[in-house]
Amino acid sequence: MTYIPTSPKERDEMLKVIGVQALDDLFEDVPEKYRFPKLDLPPALTEMEALLQLSDVANANENVRGDLICFLGAGMYHHYIPSVVDHMLRRGEFYTAYTPYQPEISQGTLQAIFEYQSLMSALTGMDVSNASHYDGATATAEAVSLAYAQFRGKRKKVVMSPSLHPQYRAVVRTYAQGMGVETAGDNESDFGLSNEAFVHQVDENTCLVIVQYPDFFGRVYDYTQFIEACHAKGALVCIVANPTALAMFKTPADMGADIVVGDGQPLGIPMWFGGPSVGFFTTRKSYVHKMAGRLIGETVDNRGQRAYVLTLTAREQHIKRERATSNICTNQGLLALATAIYLSVLGKNGLKQVANLCYQKAHYAASELGKVAGYHVKFTEPFFHEFVLECPKPAAEVNAHLLEHGILGGYDLSQDYPSLTNHMLIAVTEMNSKEDIDALVDVLSEVNHG
Amino acid sequence: MNTPANLKYAKSDEWFDPATGKVGITDYAQNQLSDIVFIEIFVEEGEAIAVGTAIASVESVKASSEIYAPASGKVSAVNKDLPNKPEVINTDPFGSAWMIQLEGATEGDVMDASAYEKHCEERSH
Repeated sequence: MTYIPTSPKERDEMLKVIGVQALDDLFEDVPEKYRFPKLDLPPALTEMEALLQLSDVANANENVRGDLICFLGAGMYHHYIPSVVDHMLRRGEFYTAYTPYQPEISQGTLQAIFEYQSLMSALTGMDVSNASHYDGATATAEAVSLAYAQFRGKRKKVVMSPSLHPQYRAVVRTYAQGMGVETAGDNESDFGLSNEAFVHQVDENTCLVIVQYPDFFGRVYDYTQFIEACHAKGALVCIVANPTALAMFKTPADMGADIVVGDGQPLGIPMWFGGPSVGFFTTRKSYVHKMAGRLIGETVDNRGQRAYVLTLTAREQHIKRERATSNICTNQGLLALATAIYLSVLGKNGLKQVANLCYQKAHYAASELGKVAGYHVKFTEPFFHEFVLECPKPAAEVNAHLLEHGILGGYDLSQDYPSLTNHMLIAVTEMNSKEDIDALVDVLSEVNHG
Repeated sequence: MNTPANLKYAKSDEWFDPATGKVGITDYAQNQLSDIVFIEIFVEEGEAIAVGTAIASVESVKASSEIYAPASGKVSAVNKDLPNKPEVINTDPFGSAWMIQLEGATEGDVMDASAYEKHCEERSH
């Protein structure tokens, strides 16, 4: 389709209709000196010069692929991404396509979303998955919208675990204030860092309880009894899950969760500069009519051939309008596809292997670091691939020293948890070799002595 | 278009049966909505409702619509089967697709069948 702008003749006709002589007359209200101000810009560069300059800027970054050994996680993780993921993503049919507003003509896009949904349902154990959200934090906030709509606004409280990602909690608060929903539970000074102490906050006014699995500190809990206690008060429970960990541990569905969300970044998406990412959202069939976004289904056409259709979009704003569960139903189509490709390439056993490597290496790192004088692994609960390390000095100082040795240290927990001064959150993935971990141990021993 | 003479009709396409107190949506409304896939009834048994209260939300493959009470009164029954088979709103709008039943009902601004037919005709032009 060629884009044809107006012809000079058509333009003149339009100007005549609105009663002006020339196009410039339309800009009369803008003072002449502001119409084309002299911009203080350097002279234009040739392509060759521009490329050189941009390369210089890009090379000033230190990346985790060659420059730095990475032990930073806290929601974004350094995993290996098979090259086929990028290769498939860059196909024009996927790369340039926008959301299918005339959906049935976009069978490839629909199939991609269908596969993604099927994989997410399998991973979480839940009945249905929508086509995705922006990231884990916004998917979590959408769980609040679902719960709020489920109780038709009659329950106005959301209880969050203190060990739910601090940034997720901040996003939930932003969404909740617009809905007139109060948040509770995550006050560290009242409930400490326990994963269950705040359960007493759950009452008959609570629409949703949100916990993380593994939690922000990497700890793995079986929430089964906790969920039963929440259900006894009539509240729904949302588990924010790390998808890699789900390959290894009991599924949130088996624990009785009503909604399972999370960030899909560990599944084939680079850490980039902290985003973009993709948020997955899964729930039980009984809540599907309150789920934001769209649902793709597989069916057969009038010739008996396999076909994909938009089975459920009623929650979207173009149908439900002001009564929609959510007005942010944009899905992260391309990145959802990345996770689907990643999962398909790895397969069930491949993902288990990744999870197992992360688990084993993280436990090796924790046990070695625990032996270094001045350092202490904070929690004793089972953990996945992250753990809290107490340091002899503020985490920022320790990290500065690590960076001098080419090591990106753990997340400084004192930023979010006043009681965790001198604590950092160390993430270990399959990308960390034994040598990397030993190097971390060596440099940290120096920090203690220095 | 079917408009039983024994019923009363609201401008917003709900019917009210003065004999039984039952409330539903009209044949005209179900036809406008097309294939209905979902209904959620908002009110509960024992609840006192006013004329114009949103009592349910109906969704079809192409639209979503709120259903309003054509009369006031106390809800004496809710059709709990309906959410399990919303398609009967298309096939039997005046029968098994009743939504709620009112007790001690007072009609709102409702029309008889012929006035409602005229109302529908005017809108289809």
